[in-house]
Amino acid sequence: MGLDLVLRIAGVGILASVLCTILKQQDKEEYSLLVATAGLVVVFVMLLDYIEELLSSVRTVFRLW
Amino acid sequence: MEIFQVVGMAILGAVLLAFLRQTRSDMAIVLSAALGIVVFLMVVTRLAYFVEVLSDLAVRAGVNRMYLDTVLRVIGVAYLAAFGGQVCRDAGEGALAAKVELAGKVLILAMSVPLMFALLDLILRILPS
Repeated sequence: MGLDLVLRIAGVGILASVLCTILKQQDKEEYSLLVATAGLVVVFVMLLDYIEELLSSVRTVFRLW
Repeated sequence: MEIFQVVGMAILGAVLLAFLRQTRSDMAIVLSAALGIVVFLMVVTRLAYFVEVLSDLAVRAGVNRMYLDTVLRVIGVAYLAAFGGQVCRDAGEGALAAKVELAGKVLILAMSVPLMFALLDLILRILPS
């Protein structure tokens, strides 16, 4: 359950960096920025579920409110 | 054994982080936060079991339930504040991390007020009036 999240985030990161490099070499700076932003948003949406799970598990284990 | 999974994932994550930090440092922040969350989620069931045992012991020893609950809550807030601060510090925002940790300390202080009052009550009861 955890490993696939790590691999997915790393994969999206590597893909975004490769795409950015290629787009920069083709003199398409604006698309490169777009790809970087899209990759970041995708990765963050993946992380949101896990942040929610972390918060709820901390809440139940440590009996916060 | 979960420790093998944790160590393997940490080593893999460290390699991926070292690669991502050169090219895309923003992704590296997200990845390190994800690694922290995943490692915590792997051990959280054991932690829940330990907390159950601890509260069971407290009930058997006749400790007031409020005390243990407060201690657990403080541990939870401290863990969350430390986690948030570490992620911020990882992103190079040391000032923000310090603020998050300050907020954690203030909240912990506010939470421990009932315990302080209980302690004062106890001292007043022990002291000969």
